[in-house]
Amino acid sequence: MDARRVTSAVPRVRQVGFFTPNAPPQQPGPTRSQSGPPISNSPPLSGSPASNSLSPVMIPPPRHLSDNLGRRTAAVPVPGRENAGYHGTVGSYNPSESVLGLESPPPSRIGDGEFSEGTESSLGWCRRSNSAKFASSFPGGGFDLSPAKQPESVAGVEAKNQLPEKSELQKEQASSSKPLKAKTTKAERRALQESQRAAKAASKAEANKSGTPGGAASSKPVKQPPQKKDGPPVAASIAASERIGVDHPAEKERKKDVPPPRMQFDDESRVGKAKKRSVLNQPETRNRVELFRHLPPHKDGTQLPHLESKFFELHDKHPAVYKVGLQYLTGDLSGGNARCIAMLQAFQQAIRDYSTPPQKTLIRDLTSKIGGFVSFLIECRPLSMSMGNAIRFLKNRVTKLPLTLSESEAKAALCSDIDRFINEKIVLADQVIVRHAATKIRDGDVLMTYGSSCVVEMILLYAHELGKQFRVVVVDSRPMLEGQKLLRRLVAKGLSCTYTQINAISYIMHEVTRVFLGASSILSNGTVYSRVGTASVAMVAYAFHVPVLICCEAYKFHERVQLDSICFNELGDPDAIAKVPGSVDVSYLDSLTDKQKENLELLNLKYDATPSDYISMIVTDYGMIPPTSVPVIVREYRKEYLLI
Amino acid sequence: MWRRSASFILDRQQEQNDGGPPNPESLFLSSPPPPMADSLQNPKSNISAYYQNRAAQHPVVTSDWLAQAQAAVSRNPDDDDSSGGDVRVAPTGGGKGGEKAFSVIGEFNSWRKQPDLAEAVAAIRALAAVIRASQATTMMELEIEIKKASDSLKSWDTTSISLTAGCDLFVRYVTRTSALEYEDFNSAKSRLIERAEKFGEISCKARRIIAMLSQDFIFDGCTILVHGFSRVVLEVLMTAAQNKKLFRVFCTEGRPDRTGLRLSNELAKLDVPVKLIIDSAVAYTMDEVDMVFVGADGVVESGGIINMMGTYQIALVAHSMNKPVYVAAESYKFARLYPLDQKDIGPALRPIDFGVPIPSKVEVETSARDYTPPQYLTLLFTDLGVLTPSVVSDELIQLYL
Repeated sequence: MDARRVTSAVPRVRQVGFFTPNAPPQQPGPTRSQSGPPISNSPPLSGSPASNSLSPVMIPPPRHLSDNLGRRTAAVPVPGRENAGYHGTVGSYNPSESVLGLESPPPSRIGDGEFSEGTESSLGWCRRSNSAKFASSFPGGGFDLSPAKQPESVAGVEAKNQLPEKSELQKEQASSSKPLKAKTTKAERRALQESQRAAKAASKAEANKSGTPGGAASSKPVKQPPQKKDGPPVAASIAASERIGVDHPAEKERKKDVPPPRMQFDDESRVGKAKKRSVLNQPETRNRVELFRHLPPHKDGTQLPHLESKFFELHDKHPAVYKVGLQYLTGDLSGGNARCIAMLQAFQQAIRDYSTPPQKTLIRDLTSKIGGFVSFLIECRPLSMSMGNAIRFLKNRVTKLPLTLSESEAKAALCSDIDRFINEKIVLADQVIVRHAATKIRDGDVLMTYGSSCVVEMILLYAHELGKQFRVVVVDSRPMLEGQKLLRRLVAKGLSCTYTQINAISYIMHEVTRVFLGASSILSNGTVYSRVGTASVAMVAYAFHVPVLICCEAYKFHERVQLDSICFNELGDPDAIAKVPGSVDVSYLDSLTDKQKENLELLNLKYDATPSDYISMIVTDYGMIPPTSVPVIVREYRKEYLLI
Repeated sequence: MWRRSASFILDRQQEQNDGGPPNPESLFLSSPPPPMADSLQNPKSNISAYYQNRAAQHPVVTSDWLAQAQAAVSRNPDDDDSSGGDVRVAPTGGGKGGEKAFSVIGEFNSWRKQPDLAEAVAAIRALAAVIRASQATTMMELEIEIKKASDSLKSWDTTSISLTAGCDLFVRYVTRTSALEYEDFNSAKSRLIERAEKFGEISCKARRIIAMLSQDFIFDGCTILVHGFSRVVLEVLMTAAQNKKLFRVFCTEGRPDRTGLRLSNELAKLDVPVKLIIDSAVAYTMDEVDMVFVGADGVVESGGIINMMGTYQIALVAHSMNKPVYVAAESYKFARLYPLDQKDIGPALRPIDFGVPIPSKVEVETSARDYTPPQYLTLLFTDLGVLTPSVVSDELIQLYL
């Protein structure tokens, strides 16, 4: 290793981060005389699919900039004066670069120093800019990063140091800089245009959103206006560039992949807008916990009459969808699978009764119609991630419908697709999971479960049918007390059960040998997003060295990553935790006056995130996998599952 | 864990299956194990065939019971043949129609005799021979035949993980070709044989690749702790010695089959400084150790390994002292298993010699291997590259799904 390192010139121009692995190997050492070729190389490079995969977001943070600088200064012993120049302002670098014979024209410094510097000096320097705006204005951002540039720039620095002796080299540089200049001026113009446009857009957005806090407006672009504004400049710059043909679809694809920003309920202007559109009364946001203000407030069943009275106004909502929405609202329908199946079946019903209005195409109209249904359902209760996956599947099916199909054929195809999804991804998947998980139950086991998961219930019943001798500990918690429902069904089937509240979990964990838990969804870092309390159960089990098995269908896997249970969650009815129904002796909070209640914030979260460290195994329809393999499943099967 | 009732029940069941309390005599080495090493139906003895295989392959291990066992086998080959002869064709003959003379197990065992051939590779070779000897006329028939043969191989020794994994992998590798369906049967068959042979070759080369990959991790002046006799680890150390690396090796004794003695023997031949330590001195010497190198019987889906008894505790000690634990394992040892704890793997039992008679009331733990969870392993050297434990599942998913 050491020997290799000494002989090659790699370290000087070593690729760090952000390089595509299949970029051609750079020429070592004597690139000085070859400073021309790399330039001519760069356009094909940027057009190559490899550089397409570089996302503009991947422009390195400033840390890399300093790395880069450090390496360059270290590699070439430069006098202190110049050294200071490197670390000084960006502009101060330009004169020294012009010594190279690059003949940097004065107009190049019209824009702000960052852009002119980035475009004029060797293209590798574009890495300096860490403004996302600039980055995204170059859709083919990859070309800046092509490693072939670096030797040239290093050579440039060296050339400058040895100027007196190497005048012929300078000539060479000058001649090679001609094409470079032509290219850069174009890039400059584009950059300039871009910056102006961006500035304009930003100022407009600022004006629009004067009421909102600046941070929110700039960091999370509000859905419609800025995106529309973003569109044209990107398109223009694309048109201006000759290497966009390849980039354009990729860019589009990427945009589609980026999830739309979630509604933040602490953003007053948006909430106000949403209120106007809403069919439900938004409950008053009184005394909500500061950290959780961004979550949609809980809507309880008391709005049912209100919604029912609106039945005839909402004629664009199909009755089946309407019914499901009401069931969500009242809480009659709970459990991830049940909710998802009900929603899909309602959509199926709606598709069956659907007829394309005149002068519209089925694909467009149906997609928007489904979108309307979905937003109605979201109003009734926030969707779970698994339902999001199901909706994405359905919409994908609709858009992929061949245009040649007649309306009835298309409808039949969609209905059978929905049936297949329910069948393959939920019903059959459950059977496979049950089969797998049952192999992990041995005679004499004590199994613990928390809350009520239908897959876990099926596993327990199946193992019982197989004649395995085991005991079940059902752990439960207020306010849902879902465990009691599960307990009732298990006891009826003749399983021996223990029932306890989550407070007693550290006591009961001694005798437990396996913990089986369900999940609402599993994120790609292995985090399990599930009923609140799951995380504490898993952590206690981990502390006792009891294996924790998560049983979850693969359609609930989501490529999102979440580290805590704050940024995405669901709020329950705050009164549910304050009041204990039916028992008078513990209703301490009832006697509070309104004045006292002002100081009281009630937080009833519905879900929490369990870090993957506490999970021993995930049982899914693709077998038993460790939590580290969730992204593999997502990567390998998402395509298949979107296309089925 | 004494609280866990499961293990007690499991133990009790096992006792019952074995027919009452374990006969203490059978646990002594003085009594030879039943001479079944070559018969087809692996006996439900309390010594796993897997360990008999290993013992048979490592004759350096000087244990008299082995010698006796082998003597017993050779003494009455007639009975063995006559008893095994008709059984032998039973599982494989079904799919084969007329062919009765050929047996996978026999083929497997003949391959297994080669000292340098791993069990899984022997199984792969045997399966290739099945294809060659097959008289099937359609692809489907052939496929069924291969599956049957691999099933009978697997059932011959259910305790060996690498055998099972190797069979599964081979079946997967051979049958997972869409191109086969479009060719006529004979060329498809020859293609299959070609593939099978190639697979066998790849498996043979795996050890060499691993040795090359691991060289970057062995630095001059390091101390390596090894446990058990693993041919891959030996190859790694041999290559390092050939590359003129300066290192020393601590060998655990590897009770009861004394595999460490054998390894130290081999290393001493290479002039590598070796120190033998008893199995219980691992924690004592861990201070001086720079890295731990172990082989594996099987690599499971979680990324953990199943290996000779004692690996787990060495990994625990190394983990608590922040020493890296490296595993050298060929990719045909990747198995679709997911043990949650030690009792979750089928026990591979073996006799243990305590030197003195054990009172009949005293139980003896005779399991021969343990499961090391992935969090205690640093890296896996495989022929697919140097992997972190979590990549194993990735590879398995891509292979099997």
